[in-house]
Amino acid sequence: MKTFLSVLTVLAAIVAFWYAACVPMNIKGVLDAAERAGVEVSPATSKERRDLGSFGLVVNNSFAIPETFAQDRPRLPAPHQVITELWKTTVMKKVTSKRSLVYHAQVTLNATLLGFVIGTGLGILLAVGIVHSKVMDMSVMPWAIVSQTIPIIALAPMIIVVLYSVGVQGILPKAIISAYLSFFPVVVGMVKGLRSPDAMQLDLLKTYGANTNQGFWKLRLPSSMPYLFASLKIGIAASLLGAIVGELPTGAVAGLGARLLAGSYYGQTVQIWSALFAAAILAGLLVALLDLIERGVLKRMGMAS
Amino acid sequence: MNTQTTTQAHLEQGATEAVVEAKNLDLVFPTNDGPVQALKDVNLTINKGDFVSFIGPSGCGKTTFLRVMAALEHPTGGSITVNGMSPDEARKNRAYGYVFQAAGLYPWRSIAKNIKLPLEIMGYSKSEQDKRVEQVLELVELAGFGGKYPWQLSGGMQQRASIARALAFDADILLMDEPFGALDEIVRDHLNEQLLKLWARTNKTIGFVTHSIPEAVYLSTKIVVMSPRPGRITDVIESTLPRERPLDIRDSQEFIDIAHRVREGLRAGHADD
Ligand SMILES: Nc1ncnc2c1ncn2[C@@H]1O[C@H](COP(=O)(O)OP(=O)(O)OP(=O)(O)O)[C@@H](O)[C@H]1O
Ligand SMILES: [Mg+2]
Repeated sequence: MKTFLSVLTVLAAIVAFWYAACVPMNIKGVLDAAERAGVEVSPATSKERRDLGSFGLVVNNSFAIPETFAQDRPRLPAPHQVITELWKTTVMKKVTSKRSLVYHAQVTLNATLLGFVIGTGLGILLAVGIVHSKVMDMSVMPWAIVSQTIPIIALAPMIIVVLYSVGVQGILPKAIISAYLSFFPVVVGMVKGLRSPDAMQLDLLKTYGANTNQGFWKLRLPSSMPYLFASLKIGIAASLLGAIVGELPTGAVAGLGARLLAGSYYGQTVQIWSALFAAAILAGLLVALLDLIERGVLKRMGMAS
Repeated sequence: MNTQTTTQAHLEQGATEAVVEAKNLDLVFPTNDGPVQALKDVNLTINKGDFVSFIGPSGCGKTTFLRVMAALEHPTGGSITVNGMSPDEARKNRAYGYVFQAAGLYPWRSIAKNIKLPLEIMGYSKSEQDKRVEQVLELVELAGFGGKYPWQLSGGMQQRASIARALAFDADILLMDEPFGALDEIVRDHLNEQLLKLWARTNKTIGFVTHSIPEAVYLSTKIVVMSPRPGRITDVIESTLPRERPLDIRDSQEFIDIAHRVREGLRAGHADD
């Protein structure tokens, strides 16, 4: 209960800060519009207003403050505007509608999940190889690390262009970018997890004359589960990011990335912010789902921490 | 009654058959701070049915010697045979069960499934696995606990389960490295008593590392006193105590005499460093 109140307090502080930030951010736009509508503002001309700071404008024109939370295309939309937009584009729209955020989220989700599955599978395979082969450890790991230092925003268009030239388009390029981002945490986590059994455990198996295969299935793999889940949670968030980034360079018409892009073309800041929030909520749901599965699995395995 | 007859049989067939023979055994670990001589010129014969305790200060090579027997380490000099073979071959023939200080049960497996682990690896049939789990749980007095998970058991019960696991396949040598080291005195007494009974019933040869003089004297037919830097054997004491040992044997004069000799041996080992 006490933690709940504290969390609520923090949340309230963030929202309050956000509202407060809307005033100086939007005041200039509001005053310009007011001037056009014939309302008297001070200073009277746009040029003079530019020389005065945002805070000065707010002080001189406090009547305009309510308007800063209600613009059509504010620089910074107010929380309730974003929430209203989210509401209108989810609950109030049919999910099949092109204007439904649920529809767009689902397009992105498909690519995310496909990419996540590919990335996780690849990550686990690489980790198994790295743990069992010194050569792979020394040859694959450095490349895996290097791959993550290249900004995805630079790499994504290239991947899409290359794949397009060989006739691959649609969900797959996005999924591949997702996979590219999500395999890495899985590799790192699984390598650590598969190596987590201590010397005594490994010696015990040795005294039974167990082979590598048996050691893997009976000891290493089960021991790695807590590490795997930690990695999956990072991986799924990275996958979503990858899918969104993958939608940007193609000028895709559907998906959360497409909404972001369209929003920025037309200065629809409310739309941009609501797409951002939709992405964040989606990521939160995916991580929470994994968390739930993790708890169930680890509890059944007697490894819950 | 039953116990007595098996002990008898045990004595008659066993006494002279050498199970482990170490001759001039040396083991040097190369480390960053130069070579460490963990074992130097170790000569020891363990006969079938012996209960051999290894006692000595920390770092004298008790664990190392046990690990050499189990083919987990390889000597750098001298020779060792287990059942007349090299330790590596003996391992392939499932010659020994190894019990570590920590029970090391898999948390994701029930007690029964933990005991089945070596059986699965060695390819026993399902029905044979079930039969053996029943048998060894009985032996360590954990009958009925097969379905429980490790965290549902006390430390002493977990260690008993790990002994059951080592007994499940037909190893005739049981190697135990301070198996009761982490347990309190009362539990330890109880487990020692049980271990003796189990030894009498199963006809195993046991190698047992301990830091406790009373434990060594109470359990063993042969006590190997070791001393460190370099790790070597300073005394081998053949116990004159009968095989059947109630706990109160520890108050007998004979027991006290043997304990005294062990203590002397340990002190002598310390004196020359
Ligand atoms: N893998 C290893 N590498 C290097 N040195 C080792 C290794 N294992 C053991 N040693 C060294 O060999 C010596 C004997 O070690 P060992 O573990 O056999 O002692 P111990 O008698 O079992 O001691 P304790 O009673 O503390 O368990 C020690 O000096 C130890 O540091
Ligand atoms: Mg030791």
